[in-house]
Amino acid sequence: MAAEEDDFERPLRELEKRIEELSGVPGGDDRADEIERLDRRLQALRQEVYAHLTPWQRALVERHPKRPYTLDYVNLLFSDFVEIHGDRKYADDPAIVAGLATYKGTPIAVVGHQKGRDTREKVRRNFGMPRPEGYRKAVRVMELAEKFQRPLFTFVDTPGAYPGKGAEERGQAEAIAVSLRTMARLTIPIVVTVTGEGGSGGALAIAVGDRVLMLEHAVYSVISPEGCAAILWSDQGKAKEAARAMRITAPDLRELEIIDAIVPEPPGGAQADHTRQAAILDDHLMAALEELRSVLPVERVEARYQKFRRMGTFGQAKFF
Amino acid sequence: MEIAWFKKIRKPKQPVEHKRIQVPEGLWVKCNGCKEIIYKKEVLRNANVCPKCNYHFRISARERLSALFDDARYQEVDTDIYSVDSLKFRDVKSYRDRLREYREKTGLNDAIINARGTIGGLQVMMAVMEYGFMGGSMGSAVGEKVTRAIERALDERIPLVIICCSGGARMQEGVLSLMQMAKISAALGKLHEARVPYISILTDPTTGGVTASFAMLGDLNIAEPKALIGFAGPRVIEQTIREKLPEEFQRSEFLVEHGMLDFIVERREMRDILIRCLKFLMNAEALAAFAPTSAAPSSTAGSDLVPGAAASGSENVASSQPGRTREPLPFPSPLVARNKITSSPEVS
Repeated sequence: MAAEEDDFERPLRELEKRIEELSGVPGGDDRADEIERLDRRLQALRQEVYAHLTPWQRALVERHPKRPYTLDYVNLLFSDFVEIHGDRKYADDPAIVAGLATYKGTPIAVVGHQKGRDTREKVRRNFGMPRPEGYRKAVRVMELAEKFQRPLFTFVDTPGAYPGKGAEERGQAEAIAVSLRTMARLTIPIVVTVTGEGGSGGALAIAVGDRVLMLEHAVYSVISPEGCAAILWSDQGKAKEAARAMRITAPDLRELEIIDAIVPEPPGGAQADHTRQAAILDDHLMAALEELRSVLPVERVEARYQKFRRMGTFGQAKFF
Repeated sequence: MEIAWFKKIRKPKQPVEHKRIQVPEGLWVKCNGCKEIIYKKEVLRNANVCPKCNYHFRISARERLSALFDDARYQEVDTDIYSVDSLKFRDVKSYRDRLREYREKTGLNDAIINARGTIGGLQVMMAVMEYGFMGGSMGSAVGEKVTRAIERALDERIPLVIICCSGGARMQEGVLSLMQMAKISAALGKLHEARVPYISILTDPTTGGVTASFAMLGDLNIAEPKALIGFAGPRVIEQTIREKLPEEFQRSEFLVEHGMLDFIVERREMRDILIRCLKFLMNAEALAAFAPTSAAPSSTAGSDLVPGAAASGSENVASSQPGRTREPLPFPSPLVARNKITSSPEVS
């Protein structure tokens, strides 16, 4: 059962393999019909599997090596991208990309976590786990956007801020805190998209937006399911339970009013079709931007304040 | 086969054990720093600091409030906010049961106390975290109370002091805990723009989401000696980099060395230092010049402190200072009217 939950794509792979085997050998109309039949079954099965993902399976989907990353979205959605490097204090952090671009004729700023596709790139990007320099670069670009009054788009996809020695020495906590405070007070329109892993403070640091969108299979949480399991259950193996208990999926977050909208993914997830995913996201981004542009900057920043001000559930009564 | 003399030697030992139990409990304490056994009264006289090695014992939020406010007098506010188990979270124990246990154990609603009083004659809003309540972890209730403390300071134009003592975000509230970081930082952004002073005091331990939000956003960030301060906990870092960390890593002194803290203050001197800093930070001219115009108009300039204003009935008055207090914010305040409030207390 546990293995089945982990490897939910196996039936899909098996079908794909059979189709491939059949296509490899010559045959008549029968064979073509058979392939077509299997192909239809594969589509249906994929839809079926992805429609019933458990929270833990979603956590696995968003770590899929073929998920589109920030630079993929930048290429598919924006033009004239100019990447900006460095925090002008210490270094450039490749785990966060930032820059200027054009979106449907409007100059905009973009900030996002960036993971690597192959091993070398993964290491260079530190698996999408930023160091303080990354957040300081992000803040620099946010302030640039603020100065010239350009909208800001951010893309969130990180396991979390890097828990390393140097990161601590250089003020990981301070860098995140400043990013949170800065973002909350920008007067420009901010549209955030959680595209994959929304890992804790390292994700939130660039996710304080007027509109927060989340991809259908993305997750967003205070700690990774493994981390939560290790601390509360003293057993990393309880990650599935932790994933369920923490309510980390897009529908959960919509219900808790943490995100504004769920962006649907194509069958088989965003990793199956980057172009299609970008097109779906495009509509959502455009709608959000249009909406935000019709509001005065002062009202926008106050509305953003109230949006986050409302988050959280507590009771009020006297006990003592 | 039994040997008679063996038994004889064992017998007299028991009364010794018995005698040890008879020593009044808590007369002596073992120092976590130098591991010496010290006379407890001596530690108490020394502001809960080890007289031998200067180790700062962890103290409760109430002890801190008493130690810092003038004449140990303060008025507690926002006492009625408590946590609810909105996710129906259950690990090895249910969150609901955990909350009930800690409420009974600490006599507090959650891991924080908000209070108003004077320090060196100056009105100050203070929020103090209580480590004894689930490791000072930050859930929605703690986040709400910190935010209210900030909004009160902003509204009344009085300085804010927060004493941090927390393991970070409360996992049992999932992403709701995480969002408290954004909520609090946003409020601090307003405070910052309005030039209202904020001093953050970091005590042992201050880690995770608390460090990565309000603990590091003070106009001054000051710490007690040898406090563990960091974003990730040392164990997580050790697992990540696969090496043992030195003892001094992530301690106050280490952070000062790396430029992350303004200075370290010993507990006995904390009050005096606060008074000195507040004198610099509290500037009526700056406050007037940067009074926000966009937000709800505030009728509470520093000058209209109502002499003799009585505390509202709903507030818990803990030795409040008459003549120095003012009406608390009406609740629900316009800013928080849309908060999801569960009015039915499921705990008693």
